[in-house]
Amino acid sequence: MLNKDVQAILSDENKKAATRTAYGEKIAELGELNKDIVVLDCDLSKSTMTSVFAKKFPDRFFDMGIAEANMMSVAAGLATTGKIPFASTFAVFATKRVADQISSSIAYPGLNVKICATHAGLSVGEDGATHQAIEDVAIMRAIPGITVLSPCDGTETGKIIEYAASHYGPYYIRLTRSNIPVIFNDNYKFELGRGTKILEGPKATLVSTGFMTHIALQAARELSDEGIELDFINMPSIKPLDEELVLESAGKTRLVVTVEDHNIIGGLGSAVCELLSEKMPVKVIRMGVMDKFGASGEPMELIKAYGFDKESIKDKIKSLVK
Amino acid sequence: MDAEMKKMLEGKAEDIRVDIIDMLCESGSGHPGGSLSMADIFSYLYFSGSLNIDPENPRMEDRDRVVLSKGHACPVLYATLAEKGFFEKSHLKTLRKFGSILQGHPDMKKVPGVEMSTGSLGQGLSAAVGMAMGLRLDKKDAHVFAILGDGECDEGQIWEAAMAAAHYELGNLIGILDRNGLQIDGFTKDVMNTEPMIDKWLSFGWHVIEIDAHNFDEIESAISQAKEVKNAPVMIVANSVKGKGVSFMENECGWHGKAPSLEEAEKAKSEIAG
Repeated sequence: MLNKDVQAILSDENKKAATRTAYGEKIAELGELNKDIVVLDCDLSKSTMTSVFAKKFPDRFFDMGIAEANMMSVAAGLATTGKIPFASTFAVFATKRVADQISSSIAYPGLNVKICATHAGLSVGEDGATHQAIEDVAIMRAIPGITVLSPCDGTETGKIIEYAASHYGPYYIRLTRSNIPVIFNDNYKFELGRGTKILEGPKATLVSTGFMTHIALQAARELSDEGIELDFINMPSIKPLDEELVLESAGKTRLVVTVEDHNIIGGLGSAVCELLSEKMPVKVIRMGVMDKFGASGEPMELIKAYGFDKESIKDKIKSLVK
Repeated sequence: MDAEMKKMLEGKAEDIRVDIIDMLCESGSGHPGGSLSMADIFSYLYFSGSLNIDPENPRMEDRDRVVLSKGHACPVLYATLAEKGFFEKSHLKTLRKFGSILQGHPDMKKVPGVEMSTGSLGQGLSAAVGMAMGLRLDKKDAHVFAILGDGECDEGQIWEAAMAAAHYELGNLIGILDRNGLQIDGFTKDVMNTEPMIDKWLSFGWHVIEIDAHNFDEIESAISQAKEVKNAPVMIVANSVKGKGVSFMENECGWHGKAPSLEEAEKAKSEIAG
């Protein structure tokens, strides 16, 4: 299932791709197979990569202009006629700006709309705080009936888009701007509510999602060289969470660290805490954005400055397992 | 319109108004003003044969769709759908009660004939735009009707949808604007002036027809004209009286969202029947 061994995955020579690019290619491919797929965008198709679909299927692509609220409710209307709308824009606009449209027009009636939001998290980089969604997962998780997914590489993105296109209901899919190494090969199978344990070890459970998975994986790999062996879990399915996998691992290690490119309030870390506090109270440390707004800078520079880069993860785990 | 048809439509509008009063009196809360203002238009839409709908087959593919964007006026929609046979009239007495299919604002998953869940203002017109796009992609002849409030036009999303409908030349979309001049806090001209309303829709690229919302001949003529417009959305600006048919409710913003007492309901119904 892994593309190569972990070291090779993380090497500079390995293929890299932004998950938004994988989305753009996959939706254009699926458009061929399923004529009910339509795509909407808010004047960002060249950034969200829906432009690939737009070029191929101009009749089924709707540029809605810079009007996100309208786009979400229009997508809902399209869904009532049997279409499968994929609605894309940046994650800040696809969630914070239109939380009510998503809740009232899409989630309450349970319509088959797929919100594919790109440019999530601090890893957006230079555009700064107004364009870095750090609350999007929290907002989407809190709306009843929405499936929240966060792929960690191009392969997982493709599989998740295929899954969403063929399963009825509202989905929020969180995609990134920056390039990420390809972690999984094509044998990887996405299952809703399932994560993947990539490394195994007794000392702690490290859970990550999306953009942070390749970074957290590298931290786990380097820690194992230092004799600190961890369970490393990639969690694309944030809602529903893979409860079984987290409980099994936490029961063994009794120490859980979560890492995400998102506010520590309301995202993956919160989901893991909610599960464990009810079913298996163990210590959980949440790493991510510590309830602060982002800033301009290079993606890796920001993640380091906000304290959840590879070295910060390693230091935190070392301090906890001593 | 011949006299027989007009008499029938007047009778249906009267039944709808009586049901609105009864439902609201029973529920003890809800929105009479903007429901009564639309009773004649709903009577025309559902009972003149102008809509292609089938109560026995509410999800029929080729059907025309009605989206009540001003979702709080759902008593007029519920009363009309029940009268048309989409569901048993006995449900009307359960309005706003726990376990009822008739929620305080329309729920498309619960009520046959409700095409879109609405209530948060400004969103229904956008949903109607999406429906019109979807039907056109499938080369269906059906029309989508969106019922808007004039207070609702305060919402920016209405104008986002207005732009999109004109941009995509949605000739299968017909808006009906309940221009009753009132909203919760008072007259629309005082709360938030939306005038010049007709110029606004024209400038957004819509075909506009202005009518008296309580004149069946004008309603009929507007809807048949609207159906002939093929390359642009149409807004029927329907000048209405909020609370129409009940003297003490007419043009009173206090009756936007207040249920009548038993005594008030009896008085209202005698006026409607009178």
